[in-house]
Amino acid sequence: MSLFSSTSALLGKELRTEFRSRELLTTTVVFILMVIVLFSFTFDPTYNESRRFGPGLLWLAFLFAASLMLQPCFLREQNNDTLSALRLSVSDPFAIFLAKLVANTLFLLFTEVLMLPVFAVLYNVPVLRVLPQLLLVFFLGSLGVSIAGTALSAISAQARMRELLLPLLLLPLLTPVLVSSTQVTIGLLDASPYIEWKGLGFLVAFDVVFLTLLWLLGEYLLEE
Amino acid sequence: MKKQVLAAIVVFFLVGAAAYGAFFVAPTERTMGPIQRIFYLHVSSAWTGLTAFFICFVANVLYVIRRQPQWDWLSVSAAEVGLVFTSVVLVSGPIWAHPVWGIWWTWDWRLTSTLILWLLYVCFLVLRTLVEEPERRALFSALFGIFAFLDVPLVFGSIRWWRTQHPQPVIMGGPGSGMDPTMWWVTFFSWFAMLALMTLLMRARYVMEAARGELEMVRHEAEAV
Repeated sequence: MSLFSSTSALLGKELRTEFRSRELLTTTVVFILMVIVLFSFTFDPTYNESRRFGPGLLWLAFLFAASLMLQPCFLREQNNDTLSALRLSVSDPFAIFLAKLVANTLFLLFTEVLMLPVFAVLYNVPVLRVLPQLLLVFFLGSLGVSIAGTALSAISAQARMRELLLPLLLLPLLTPVLVSSTQVTIGLLDASPYIEWKGLGFLVAFDVVFLTLLWLLGEYLLEE
Repeated sequence: MKKQVLAAIVVFFLVGAAAYGAFFVAPTERTMGPIQRIFYLHVSSAWTGLTAFFICFVANVLYVIRRQPQWDWLSVSAAEVGLVFTSVVLVSGPIWAHPVWGIWWTWDWRLTSTLILWLLYVCFLVLRTLVEEPERRALFSALFGIFAFLDVPLVFGSIRWWRTQHPQPVIMGGPGSGMDPTMWWVTFFSWFAMLALMTLLMRARYVMEAARGELEMVRHEAEAV
């Protein structure tokens, strides 16, 4: 089987599993909503303040949510004893990672898009005029989070204290993503919106570097 | 054993000579005064810390390729020693900054990225304590070490870009093109002394880790019987 066909088959499996239970998406959406609401108590969310602090806290909420959401990614395979079967079913172990990270990117994007109007209303920021650009940042950021997160969840699934370990390993690694996506979002939500090309460049660089690493090292992450 | 004692004495004198150079040989900086002399400790520790992390990265890559436990022992020794030197940087920085800038900490790109670097390697060591099986621990920490090290340029780059976006809280007069040649010599000598100290510490830690690793193997075999 080619990489493409095995990836799409596995992706179908990931999406089916999630859409049958919808546990992950529901919990993540509620979690982000709660963080956004709770954050509003830490400062006065007027128009000017929100534009300065809103993007950062929005991305922090996404990152925290992702570090929890990516937990079951490999843990589920481990608990159900399906990891060996999964590995035997495809010739290239990279397909497993590719399918999982595409699924995770889609899940993250879905929750982010769902939460964007809530954020816009609660924090008084206009988002409609820069919607396509915002979606691009969401996509590049979520892709980076998913690539690094999928790789690390394969590690944390086999460790003790795994619920704490994944955020611990993932969050410092994601510093470039947090910095860049926050700065680009700040630019887009400005009174006169502009695009921070350099920030987008950092996001693309992060995605490319980590995707290459995962492609090179993925098979070692799945060793028994 | 004798050799190590001798090496320790040599390193002691090297570090002593570097301190002498920093206090008495290097000229006093014009605007900052004597406090600037902490620069020699600060910068040489920073370079040495980075050198140690680089060694850790090389050991990580070699472990993934060769799977010999020696590389794992080297990587943990290098990471711990690197962390010690980076901690020196993070402590000596504020001591220097307070009288000069009037604040302990500023979210300057160098400080901030050093802090993230420090955090990444703390996480590297935490990960090692949480994986039971020796081979799996070695492999996973090696893989995380590779991720972390290759993330460092991106961290430095993005934080630098982000910080230069905003007005700097203070303009740092520090080292630049206008540094006295004697200052350069003292800096390089301090780095050399610190590298010697790093080698000494790393060797001692390696011997300890090797003993621990072998004990673990013997225990494993005994359990299997």
